[in-house]
Amino acid sequence: MVENRPLLNVFSHAVLIVGVALIALPLYVAFVASTHTLETVMRTPMPLWPGDQLLENYSQVLTAGSTRGSKAAVAQMLVNSLMMALVIPLGKITISIVSAFAIVYFRFPLRMFFFWMIFVTLMLPVEVRIIPTFKVIADLGLLNTYTGLTVPLIASATATFLFRQFFMTIPDELAEAARVDGAGPMRFFRDIVLPLSKTSMAALFVIQFIYGWNQYLWPLLVTSEESMYTTVIGIKRMMVGGDAATEWQLVMATAILAMLPPALVVVLMQKWFVKGLVETEK
Amino acid sequence: MEKRVVFRSAWLPYLLVAPQLVITVVFFFWPASQAVWFSFQLQDAFGLKTQFVGLRNFANLFADPNYLESFRVTAVFSLFVALGGIAISLLLATMADRVIRGSLAYKTLLVWPYAVAPAVSGVLWAFLFAPSIGIVTYVLKGFGVDWNWVVHGDQAMLLVVIASIWKQISYNFLFFLAGLQSIPRSLIEAAAIDGAGPSRRFWTIVFPLLSPTTFFLLVVNVVYAFFDTFGVIDATTQGGPAQATQVLVYKVYHDGVKAADLGGSSAQSVVLMLIVIALTVVQFRYIERKVQY
Repeated sequence: MVENRPLLNVFSHAVLIVGVALIALPLYVAFVASTHTLETVMRTPMPLWPGDQLLENYSQVLTAGSTRGSKAAVAQMLVNSLMMALVIPLGKITISIVSAFAIVYFRFPLRMFFFWMIFVTLMLPVEVRIIPTFKVIADLGLLNTYTGLTVPLIASATATFLFRQFFMTIPDELAEAARVDGAGPMRFFRDIVLPLSKTSMAALFVIQFIYGWNQYLWPLLVTSEESMYTTVIGIKRMMVGGDAATEWQLVMATAILAMLPPALVVVLMQKWFVKGLVETEK
Repeated sequence: MEKRVVFRSAWLPYLLVAPQLVITVVFFFWPASQAVWFSFQLQDAFGLKTQFVGLRNFANLFADPNYLESFRVTAVFSLFVALGGIAISLLLATMADRVIRGSLAYKTLLVWPYAVAPAVSGVLWAFLFAPSIGIVTYVLKGFGVDWNWVVHGDQAMLLVVIASIWKQISYNFLFFLAGLQSIPRSLIEAAAIDGAGPSRRFWTIVFPLLSPTTFFLLVVNVVYAFFDTFGVIDATTQGGPAQATQVLVYKVYHDGVKAADLGGSSAQSVVLMLIVIALTVVQFRYIERKVQY
C-alpha cells in the first residue's frame, strides 16, 4: 500500500465483493435448483433458498440418471471422468519427462527433428482434426474404450517443454558428479532428476487433472455407449428438448457433481495450481 | 541453450522419445495429413466413391456465404470474449492487489471457475437465462426486456460470450495479479510522492508495464475463444439460432459429424490449422522468449 486512502479501500472491497458474488451466482442458483422438486424449479421465479430434495435428487442421478433424458447412472460417469482425469496427467507426465530427458541429456541424430515434431503438435488441437482422428480411433477399434478416451490426449508439447525448461536449470555439476561416480543415465534419471522434478510434476498433475476431467469434444466423439459417458457428456445427454422438458433439478445436481472434484483440487491445491498454470502456459 | 555434460548411448535416447513420438504420429500427424488429403477430395453421398478435386473444396468454402458468416461470428465472438474477459479480470486483479485484508479469500473465490468445464459453464448460464424459467430472464422481464435467446441471435451470442468469459476470468485474473505483483513498488511510490493519484498512476505506470501480460492474455484468450469454447456452444445454442453463434470450430464439427460432408469439413480443418499456426507463431515470436532452439 502506497498511501492510505480509506475511500478507495472501501471501493476496492466493494468491487471485489460484487465480482465474487457475480462469479458465484451461477453456482449458487445451480445448487439451490438441485435441492428442489422439478415443480418448484419450474415456478417463476424459482425460490432462492435451498429446498429439502437434496438427497432425493442426488441419489436419483447417481443411481439412475434422469427420467426423461439419459437414464445412465452418474456414479459410473464419475468413475469414467476420474479415469480420464488420472490417466491423462499420469501418462502425459511419464512420456513427457522421459522424452525431455532424452532431448536434454543426450546428443543423437534427429534430436532436433524430434523436438520440432513434438513442438508442432501445439498447432494441432483436437478441434481442428476432429473427423480424421475419429477415423483413426475407429480403425484401431478403440471406440468406447478407456484407451481411446485417454491415450490420444496424452501427447503434449507443453509438458515436454516444461520439463525441458526445468532440466536446463539443473546444474551440470550434478550430471558430471554422477558420471564420475559411474552412474549411468537411467540411474541419474531415477536418483537425481526425478526427485528434483517433484514440484513440476505436482503442478502439472493439478492442471492436467482438470484438463482430463473437463474434456468434452473428445468423449463426445469417442463414446456412444452410456456406460462410457463422462459426467460432462452425461449432463448434455440429460437435457432433452427445450426448457420445459428438461429436468433441471437433476441436470443441476449432475452439474454440481461434475464441478466438485476439479474445484476441490483447485481450491485445496491452490499453490500447485497457480504454479502449474503460470509455468505450463508461459 | 545446450547442456555441457551429456550421456552417450546409441539406442537409449530413441527408446526414451519413442512413446511420445508414436502417440504424436498416430494421433496427430496421421490425422492431420488425412485432413489435408481429404480436403482435396470430393466424396459422393454414400461415401463409396471419392475423387480428387484439387482446391475445389476451398473454392466452394470461400464462396459459401454461411462459411464467411461463420468467420464474422467467430471474429465478433472472440473479440468480445477476449476484451471483456481481460477488462473484467484486470479490474478485479487491480483491486485484489490493493487490498490487504481478505486477499487470500478473494483470490480463492475468484479462481475456482477455472475448474469448471466449458460445457458445464454453458449449462449453468443457460439455466439462469432460460427463456421461460430463468431467474435472470425473470429479472430482465421486470425491466421490460424481451429475453429469449432461442429466438434472438444477438441474445444467444451474448449468452455464449458471458458463459465463456465467466470461465476464463480466473485464468486472466491470476496472470494479471502475478504481473501486478512484479511491478517494483518504488516506481509507484515515486509517482505517489510526485503527487500522481491512483488512477493516474494506473494509466501511466501500471498499465504500460502490464502490456506484455495483456498481450499474452489477448492471444491466449483468442485461442481459447476459437477452440475451447466448443463445449459452451454445444451445450447451449448449438450454433443457433440461424447460425448466429456458429463459430468456425462448431461448423467443422457440424458439417463433418452431423452433415457428414467429409471434404468440406476437412477443408475447414485445414483453414483452422493455418489459423492456429499463425496464432502460435505470434505467441512465440512476440511473447515466448524462454524457449530457445
